[in-house]
Order: sequence, then structure tokens, then C-alpha cells
Amino acid sequence: MNTLRCAITVLRKDLLVELRSREIIYTAVFFAALLVVIFTVALPRDGRVDDRMAPGMLWATIAFAGTIGLGRAFDREREDDTMRALLLSPAPRLAVFLGKAVAITMLILLVAAVATPLFGLFLTSARLLEHPLPLVVLLVLGALGFGVVGSVFAAALLRVRSRDVLLPIVLYPILIPLFFAATNATLALCVTDPNMAKAWYWISLLAGYDGVFLVLSLWLFESLVIE
Amino acid sequence: MNSQNNQPNVARGSATSWLVPLLTLLAAVGFATCVWMVFVVTPVADVLFFNQKIMYFHVANAFMLFLSVFVCGFASVVFLKKRDGKWDDIAIAGAELAVMFGIVVLITGSIWAKVSWDVWWKWEKRLTMSLLLWLVLVAYVIVRRFAGASSDRLAAGLAVFGCVGIPFIYFMVEKSDNHPQAGKDGVVATLATDMKLAFWGSVLTFFFWFVAMLISRIHSARAEREVRELRESAMDAGVL
Repeated sequence: MNTLRCAITVLRKDLLVELRSREIIYTAVFFAALLVVIFTVALPRDGRVDDRMAPGMLWATIAFAGTIGLGRAFDREREDDTMRALLLSPAPRLAVFLGKAVAITMLILLVAAVATPLFGLFLTSARLLEHPLPLVVLLVLGALGFGVVGSVFAAALLRVRSRDVLLPIVLYPILIPLFFAATNATLALCVTDPNMAKAWYWISLLAGYDGVFLVLSLWLFESLVIE
Repeated sequence: MNSQNNQPNVARGSATSWLVPLLTLLAAVGFATCVWMVFVVTPVADVLFFNQKIMYFHVANAFMLFLSVFVCGFASVVFLKKRDGKWDDIAIAGAELAVMFGIVVLITGSIWAKVSWDVWWKWEKRLTMSLLLWLVLVAYVIVRRFAGASSDRLAAGLAVFGCVGIPFIYFMVEKSDNHPQAGKDGVVATLATDMKLAFWGSVLTFFFWFVAMLISRIHSARAEREVRELRESAMDAGVL
């Protein structure tokens, strides 16, 4: 119970700090919008796109913009050495981790919430928004996995050199199965004849990935982050 | 800090100092024998003819890749839980070997694929898993190289998380694959006697080579760590 309350306090603190400056929200969301434009412009310009390309572009956008926000969110904790303060506080370390992971998940969901409709707008043939319920479920599960694994490694990277370059290098090999499942789930939803059974199969894999990595993160977060 | 623990033990290496040269010699002799077996003794295969011969090295290296990854992953878990630097030395050695064997596996596999399937690459189950494993360990080596001395636990976390993620690929890539199979009716079990001998000889050769390099790399990783720790304790004592 105490852990949960502390986690909520950490989450509230993170959201409050962010809402005062809105730095990460503006930069990550604008970056996501830029990526949407870049991906769309890179395609043939006759207005018709292969509908199977949109899911990959969507998840690449979420990965890139999410990483930008993730890196900045933890850099902020390093600037005044507040991460150390957080870890030294009597709050359980698991609560610190959970609070951070939920905050990052919310950030990634925000990026997804901007990028998905934009892709739907630019690539009308891709029918991204045809099935909102499974789409929302899979975006939430994808963002959760990203947020959990991302928080562990962004926090662990605080102690080392050249962390900005290393964040995606460390993160993406671990997240490839997640993006693989998420892209395929989105694909099953947005093609001309959607395959719901297939979509839910991929979504269940995503849920499994999230579960396994949540447990693993809770188990290893302390030994990865504490000096 | 207890300086006694940081004293490099000069005599320690002597107990196993004959092991690495011996294994290297065995690997060298074994390699020459294997090349002779593969190109002179074993018959030319039925379907793939001469191209089949790359299998003797491809599969042996793949075994060593998985062995190296297992060593790295296992040592990383123990290191994270026990915080004993000697497990970290083993993890580094395993990771670097995995990168090296992985390069051989991916290149020989591509050559095989070009001949057998007429493509250099296919997103098939085993190919995808091997590539992903290899990427995790390349990332591990990059982290160790560029993130500084305090990256040991971060890298261990990467190894553990990366290895845990790989089995998911098994459920993600389509079931029907025509990569040669293992098992009772698999490729190795149905080889002709000469071929079987060449195959297991090659596996044994690369295993000797693997162990020799593993031990040497563990020694050098330990030496690097001890120098680092000595320097730190000297700085703590105000000598440096």
C-alpha cells in the first residue's frame, strides 16, 4: 500500500514538473509530427500508399519520438542530481520505478495519440482508425512495455558516459520483439480485410511481453540503478 | 577498502597456464583435420552438392554462438545479484565471443541461403532469433567500450533483458520454415557416417577454440578490472 502511494507521489511529481514547463510534451509531440511528415513525404506522391506500410511508420515514429522524451525526462533528474535524492528518500525503490514507468508510458501514449490520427489523416488508404478499441488496447500495451523497459535503462544510463547515443542502442535490441508484435497487430487491423483473430493474437503476445518485462524490471531495477 | 583483495595474484595464472596453449593446439590440429575431412573425405551431398559443405562450419559456429550467449547471460544474472566482478569478466568474454561467432554464423548462413533458397536473407524463425541475439550482444560490447567503467551493471542488464526477449520471436515469426531442422529426423541425425564424423569433429574443434578464447579473455578482463580497482584504491588512499 505504501509502495503504491509513493509511486503515485513520484508520478504526480513528474507530471507536475512537466506540466510547469511542458518542455518534453511540446518537443516530443512536435518531433513525432515532423516524423509523420518525413515518412509521408518519403513515399511516392500520387496520394496512394500501400496500406501495409502505415503500421511500420507509426511504430517507428513512436519509437523515435518516445526515445527523445524518455532521454530528456531522465536527464532532468540528473541535472540537479535529483535521481540520487529520489533513491535516497525513504520511498521504496520499486515505487520510484513504478512512478517513473507510468509517467513515461503516459508520455509515449501522448506521442501515439498525436501520431496515429496524423497518419490516419495523411494516409487515408491505410484505414488506421477503422477499429478504435483494439487499436487503443495495443497502443496502451505497446506504450507500457516501452515505458517499463525504457525507464529501467534510462535510469541505469544516468551513471555512464555518452548516454544520449547509447539510449537507443541499448533499448532497441530489447524492444524489437515489442515493435514486431505491435506493428503486426496494427497491420492486422488496418488492411483492407482486417483479421481480428490475428490482431488479438498479436495483442496477447504484447501483453505477455509486458508482463514478463514488468516482472524482470521489478526484479532487477534496484541492482541496475543503485550505486 | 580491503587492499588485500586487490592484490593481483601473480601465481594464480600458473595453474591453468598450460590449458590455453593446449586447447589452441587441439583446435589448430582439429581445424586442419576438419578441412581435410570436409573437402576430401566426406562425400558430396545429394541435393546441394558441394555447397552443403559450409554446414560443417555454419552449425558448429552457431552452437558456439548460443553457448557464448548463454555464458554471457548466465554470468550477467549472477553478477547483478552477487556484485562480484569475476562474473562480470566472464560476461564480457562471453559477449565478445558471441559477436565473433555470430559474424561467422550470419555470413555462412547467408551464403547457404543464397544457394539453397536463392535469397541472402529470409525472416525465418532461426535467422531472426540469431540476428536479434547478435544485435543484443553487439550493443553489449558497444556499451562496454564507450560508456566507461561504470557501465558493467547496465551492460549486464542489457544482456539479461535481451536474452529474455528472444523467445518471443519464436511465437512471432511464421511457423512454416524450411531452415534445415534439428532433432531425431533432422539433418545431423540423418548424415552419412563420414559426414557425421566431420560434423562432430568440427563442433569439437570450435568448442576447444571457444574455451581457449574464453579463458584468455576472462584473464585479460580480470587484469583490466584489477588495474582499475588498484587505481581507484590508490586514489582513495591519496597516492595518485
